[in-house]
Amino acid sequence: MPVYLDNSATTAVAPEVLDAMYPFFIEEMGNAQSVHTFGQRAKSAVENARRLVAGLIGASPAEIVFVSGGTEADNLAITGVARAYAAYGRHIITSAVEHPAVLSTCSSLESEGFEVTYLPVGRAGVVRSEDIRAALKDTTVLISLMYANNETGVVQPIAEAGAIVQEARRTVNPHLYFHTDAVQAAGKINISLSELGVDLLSISAHKIHGPKGIGALYVKKGTRLAKLIHGGHHERDRRAGTENVPAIAGFGKACEIARVSLNEHSARMNFLRDRLESGIAARVEDVGINGDPALRLPNISSMSFGGVDGESLLIALDLKGVAVSTGSACSSGSLEPSHVLTAMGLSREEVRGSIRFSLSSFTTQDEIDYAIQTVSETVEHLRRMTPLESEPHPAATRA
Amino acid sequence: MYTAQVADHIANPRNIGDIENPSGVGDVVNEVCLDRIRLMVRVERGTLVDAKVRVSGCPPTIAAASVLTELIVGRRISELESLRAEDIESALGRLPAAKRHCAQLAMDALRVAIQNSADED
Repeated sequence: MPVYLDNSATTAVAPEVLDAMYPFFIEEMGNAQSVHTFGQRAKSAVENARRLVAGLIGASPAEIVFVSGGTEADNLAITGVARAYAAYGRHIITSAVEHPAVLSTCSSLESEGFEVTYLPVGRAGVVRSEDIRAALKDTTVLISLMYANNETGVVQPIAEAGAIVQEARRTVNPHLYFHTDAVQAAGKINISLSELGVDLLSISAHKIHGPKGIGALYVKKGTRLAKLIHGGHHERDRRAGTENVPAIAGFGKACEIARVSLNEHSARMNFLRDRLESGIAARVEDVGINGDPALRLPNISSMSFGGVDGESLLIALDLKGVAVSTGSACSSGSLEPSHVLTAMGLSREEVRGSIRFSLSSFTTQDEIDYAIQTVSETVEHLRRMTPLESEPHPAATRA
Repeated sequence: MYTAQVADHIANPRNIGDIENPSGVGDVVNEVCLDRIRLMVRVERGTLVDAKVRVSGCPPTIAAASVLTELIVGRRISELESLRAEDIESALGRLPAAKRHCAQLAMDALRVAIQNSADED
């Protein structure tokens, strides 16, 4: 039985989404910038999708910029704000557990002379409000804090951070902006921009049963961005390039489904995720959950299996049809551990033995029950091979 | 990413276990990635007649340890001196460049086990 539990990497396109995309490949092939009827029908589809994307997060359609995906959204938000407001300060605050799209962008800006503060997290995986306050300077122009983590599902206190930003605008720097990468959170938990104090928010279609290659950046009215992609005046002059009309139409449909079904889908994923965790914990010894279990998205579980290498567990599970992921890899004789789990203070052994299960609204109870059985058997299979730590041989040698 | 041979050794590892009163033991750890191989061998009249292994680590380490036992049983100790990490890689089809050290860890386990058994002779 093939069981796909890597939905935080990507999801299957929903049939309704595919149906929504299909016409725009052939009979409705127009360029949304064209004046003729073909073009105007394409433009109408883009604007309809913009309303649906905005509706998922409670934004105005004019505040939605279509981009190629979550990575571009993060790049545009961070680099766009940093360069647009560089005259007011060159300090950025982010966290140590962000997605590489954020961390690499910040690192790139450091090479342009920006200063970046990387906030720590504790064992729960959560950034502390007092650390945000303490990091603020009169030169801080941007805070970028992920809504929910892609490896652990841990949700950050975005509304609290938003309140800190609003206060800091009055007392520290009026040109301070707040970005959140909501690529994992969107469609999984309710996001209501009016309660968050967020200026920029990244989302991606393929994490919510939409197509790959399309995402959006919410840009609050009045927020300036330096452009990254130069060309025509598309997307209100914020992102040049012919609109990917089929993908945008599919993205809109995916957001509509996610909004309408959010409570039902979340409750179901939460039930199945908890069933997976409790089922494994009842059958396997020495297993832990990474991150605060009460502060997570409903569809992600990061579990650490003592005495097991995560990559071997991944490969052995894959041979039995169960697809999961691991954030760590041993490469060229050096361990490249998950920066997220490492920042949370997990030991090398815990990081090495961690894998991520991520569910979607398509995941079934039969699949979860098969995964419970398969994971339990596979962990035991790997542990049976392991040298018994309690019986070190007198001749043991360190290579 | 990995060959069918590596996958086969993960699913069906060969000669997992221990030998009572082994002639030699090679228990080696890669301190960086924490992979560990414990190889036990029995040597009789200059021939390696039995090998059992226990292993903890990434897929190529498990596969290298497993295939090593197939490559060494029944061979003269003098022949094993010419065995190389490349022979383990060949037996597994190939390993990604970044994972070649896994075959070397298996060779280290063999080297130590043979050294051990020579010491006991």
